[in-house]
Amino acid sequence: MTVTDYFTVFGLPRKLVVDGPALQRRFYELSREHHPDFHQGAAAARQAEALAQSAMVNRAYRALRDPLSRVEYLIALEEGREVREGATEKPRAPRELLEEMLEVQEALEEAKAEGMGGEAAGRLREERARLEARYAAEGEAIVGRGAEWDRLVDEGGDRKPLLEWFKQRLATRAYLRTVIDDLSDALGEREGSHVSHRRH
Amino acid sequence: MSRIVGIDLGTTNSLVAYVEGGIPRVIPDAEGRALLPSIVAWTPDGVVVGEAARRQLVRNASRTVYSVKRLMGRGYDDVKDELARLPFAVTPQAEVVTIRIGDREVTPPEVSAHVLRALKQRAEAHFGEPIEQAVITVPAYFNDAQRQATKDAGRIAGLEVLRIVNEPTAASLAYGLQKMAQGVIAVYDLGGGTFDISILRVKDGVFEVLATNGNTHLGGDDFDRAIVDWLLADIRARHGADLSGDPEAMQELRLGAEAAKCRLSFDERTVLTIPFERFTYHRDVTRADLETMVDSLVATTLGPCRQALADAGLRANEVDEVVLVGGSTRMPLVKRRVADLFGRAPHSRLNPDEVVALGAAVQAQILAGGITDMLLLDVTPLSLGIETLGGIVSVLIPRNTTIPTLAKEYFTTSVDGQTAVDLHVLQGERELAKDNRSLARFDLAGVEPMPAGMPKIEVTFLIDANGILQVQARELRTGKAASIEVKPTYGLTEVQVEQMVEDSYTYAEDDVNARLLIETQTEADTVINHVERALRQAGGIATAEERAGIDAALATLRTARAGTDRNEIRECTIALNQATAPLADRMMEAAIKDAVTSKRADQLLESD
Repeated sequence: MTVTDYFTVFGLPRKLVVDGPALQRRFYELSREHHPDFHQGAAAARQAEALAQSAMVNRAYRALRDPLSRVEYLIALEEGREVREGATEKPRAPRELLEEMLEVQEALEEAKAEGMGGEAAGRLREERARLEARYAAEGEAIVGRGAEWDRLVDEGGDRKPLLEWFKQRLATRAYLRTVIDDLSDALGEREGSHVSHRRH
Repeated sequence: MSRIVGIDLGTTNSLVAYVEGGIPRVIPDAEGRALLPSIVAWTPDGVVVGEAARRQLVRNASRTVYSVKRLMGRGYDDVKDELARLPFAVTPQAEVVTIRIGDREVTPPEVSAHVLRALKQRAEAHFGEPIEQAVITVPAYFNDAQRQATKDAGRIAGLEVLRIVNEPTAASLAYGLQKMAQGVIAVYDLGGGTFDISILRVKDGVFEVLATNGNTHLGGDDFDRAIVDWLLADIRARHGADLSGDPEAMQELRLGAEAAKCRLSFDERTVLTIPFERFTYHRDVTRADLETMVDSLVATTLGPCRQALADAGLRANEVDEVVLVGGSTRMPLVKRRVADLFGRAPHSRLNPDEVVALGAAVQAQILAGGITDMLLLDVTPLSLGIETLGGIVSVLIPRNTTIPTLAKEYFTTSVDGQTAVDLHVLQGERELAKDNRSLARFDLAGVEPMPAGMPKIEVTFLIDANGILQVQARELRTGKAASIEVKPTYGLTEVQVEQMVEDSYTYAEDDVNARLLIETQTEADTVINHVERALRQAGGIATAEERAGIDAALATLRTARAGTDRNEIRECTIALNQATAPLADRMMEAAIKDAVTSKRADQLLESD
């Protein structure tokens, strides 16, 4: 396969502002071209090729359709490392969150002491709601600076500081997620899995 | 290219369908029935499938296998809770549970292969040509081992399985082909043994599955079980009898419960009457009774629905249509619960028993190149990961990823000169390896001896359009493809499947020979009968020479008929026919005269 990155698969520049509906249309077009369903009668080698291309298109779309996973992918690309979705290494607590985390920890201990049924559990839910809001805000902030990145690309400016900022915000956000999930676990209110898969 | 058929291999019933003139149709059997009960019975006269096997459920309980889909791709731990309730003996093996039929051990794929073979023959009889390729549906939430087992079953039955399609997705294709569903649709599929929920976006011929979820061990069978438990308690209270240890009685109860359940989808109350040896059991059951028995089971389908919505990034009110698939969705309680969850009335405009098979036929037609404007983008239902240090799972491909898809992972050695690396691949959503489904252990062998940490082994995990995993490995420093030995945790090895395919040919040959012998014997009997009757009626018109020849030929055929040499019986039958030919000619002449006379008589009678 000659295509090296997901932006190239879709014929896009390495930029963060992407026209969602256009991306979807292109995804469908590429799928019609490469999906194994349409190469059933072909020779084995052609079928294998279609399978590989189709897999590439699907992975590329998954990485690019969501603005936040797009940022994650771009960072990995800029740093030249392998990206993998859904890694389970627990993110470490960013220093800025330390104080808040201590508060949450305290609320959690109290709630546990009360058997998760009393007032402290209520406080824990409030903490969780606050963290959820913070989590959403982090996401919006990251996406909000996408156009700025694109401008730097166009003007050939120094992208490094913004890249670092993206990384920090993403780390904070990932950490918030694990704390929220831990709280839900403790409250016995978590549905589904630990990996937030499709949307961020 | 030969025809590709679509097959719904169901827990309770199976069907085969084909697209003709742009419309998918179920292929009926000779009696016009669409549904083939997924039941296989081993009788003294051979293996029977479908209705014939259903009649064996009670009197031949230990050799009649039903609902085998629940055992497909399963290990002992998965099914141990229900084994006690099955009337046939299941051998508890960790890798593949097997069913003991007399002195034979039969695997679930072999049982399913009997059902598939019956459908294959049905299609062959319908089209008058061999059918060798098929699309087979599976529950969307089937894992890798269950999918592989289904594919194995196809191979054993002599079918090349071109695609494994998810049942709810197939249903959406059937609806979509007829423009009966558009926008965001939720397919709620509750069958005999499995439950699936799939959320799709259907737009301009593209069927994009956004998320899927389910439970491969929840369906009508479980409702029947709940009813049987209730009946057992009632019988204990009213008749002081405990029937739970009597396989035949349990089978009667199960069939009674199933029938009552179906009636209660249309009637408010029904009467259950089962004649047992010592007493006849009568019981009034109301729909309200039934709903109390199964409410908690129905409620367990709602969690997966919510999770699928969350994974699709949608709220319930963003779903444009809710489609019901599977026989169990006929229950009013199910319809109510689904309507409550999605805030809109669900519909099942296409027959919920047939819609999956129809969709499979549509997919078959897409693969055959007969439909080019429909594009199906399905997903993998479960996350795929590998075990890392400390027994933690590292996810490589998250659930609800559009397939085909692939992930690459890099591994190295931890000891100098190490030449092999073990990988443990898992499927599931839990953090710890032990809580997930173990798919396989891969042994990457043939790594060049190097200092620890030097080799870089690239492993590619590819999930194909069937949702089945393929693994490739290569050492990057030497560029050598590492050989991989796959030890599937559950399921059959390649060698085992090959053996079963061979066995099926052998048995198939036995079966064919047996059938041909019976046919030849029957033909001989017919000829013997005719000749004897002719000799009685018109023996007088034969010459002495003719008569001696006929008697000799008749005696020879009778001797041959008592044996099993088909060719000899055939030859003797032909000889007898030849010996009687002159006599037959003369009888024919006489008969024609008679016919002319009797015709006159007929005419006279008619004019009367």
